Amino acid sequence: MAKKSLNIVESAYRAVIEEQDDTILWLVAAMQAAGGNHSVVLRGNAVNYALAGQGAPALTVGEWQQTQAPKMDRDVADLADNRNVAVYVVEEDLGERGIAVDQLVPNVRLVSRRALPQLFAEHEVICHW
Amino acid sequence: MAKRTLTIALMDAPYESANLTTAFRILDVAARRGHDINVFAYEGAAALAFARQAAHPNPVHGKNLAEENHPTTKDQVAALLAEAARNGGKVDWVNCGMCVDERGVGEFVDGTRRGSPADFQAFVDASDNTLVIPTK
Amino acid sequence: MISYLLIESRDPFESNDVPYYYELAKALREAGNEVTLFLVQNGVLAARPSAPAAALSALGQSGVKVLADEFSLRERGIARLAEGIAAAAIDVVVDHLEAGSRTLWH
Repeated sequence: MAKKSLNIVESAYRAVIEEQDDTILWLVAAMQAAGGNHSVVLRGNAVNYALAGQGAPALTVGEWQQTQAPKMDRDVADLADNRNVAVYVVEEDLGERGIAVDQLVPNVRLVSRRALPQLFAEHEVICHW
Repeated sequence: MAKRTLTIALMDAPYESANLTTAFRILDVAARRGHDINVFAYEGAAALAFARQAAHPNPVHGKNLAEENHPTTKDQVAALLAEAARNGGKVDWVNCGMCVDERGVGEFVDGTRRGSPADFQAFVDASDNTLVIPTK
Repeated sequence: MISYLLIESRDPFESNDVPYYYELAKALREAGNEVTLFLVQNGVLAARPSAPAAALSALGQSGVKVLADEFSLRERGIARLAEGIAAAAIDVVVDHLEAGSRTLWH
């Protein structure tokens, strides 16, 4: 039986162009596919991952061109919509960054900072990435 | 204290972060206490056990190779495995395979192995406790 | 009651995300949990008697146990700690892992 695990993701856009994904959201998806039972909290700058309509243009270096540029809103939606991963977004961190709730991809859930202890209590493992 | 199985995930690349110093200190204590230890070496940490790391002298300090005794993480990994074994514990050190491939660090010190996120999931589920030491 | 060990490797001089972690420690304590905040690496720079240390002392008064890693303190030549902060060996992390404390790193 997989342990119910909460993954707090705060570092954002670190190496996402190189890796063509966020390495922690990717890891969560891979672990979920391996039988895990994961939830995600996006906090700090990572709340921006839930903003709909983002995506860097493909990187080009000389004649080399990237063909699979990352789209973090797509990957967040994929976790919530297709992989049975609850994705929470810290609402105060959204507000501090000027992001409105109606700008987010569907199916993410808001959580306040003061509610984090309760969310922690509902999980067996807390991974603060 | 009864024997425990502890899992630690590492992410930092060698020689770039104080996180690894602290991580090896934690791992050392766990090994001295005889616990079974699982390590998932993810991203840059996949190079910690890279066997072709080489120590260097320190011309600024005027030390030759032997005098400098430069610490390599591959030696620390090997020492950790030996310490655990001396105390009745074992270390299952998994290097993330995709991370290894993209960095070209596929030659590991003995006693460590290639793996995947499925190994980390299995570690978490089978362990008494898990600590993630992230990079920034 | 759940036991938490919160490891803080960052310091408030360089990172403005440190108050979040101190507040998390306080919130977990106020929710009835047993909470230890363990400062390591540059996290111990806030442990000297100084303006940022006031937040740590306040945490101590709220029931959070505040510890600073001896190794990190010695590395930085820090001998005197602010009120409510005690030096501790790295063994405290393994103690908590053994005991089943939920152990987080920041």
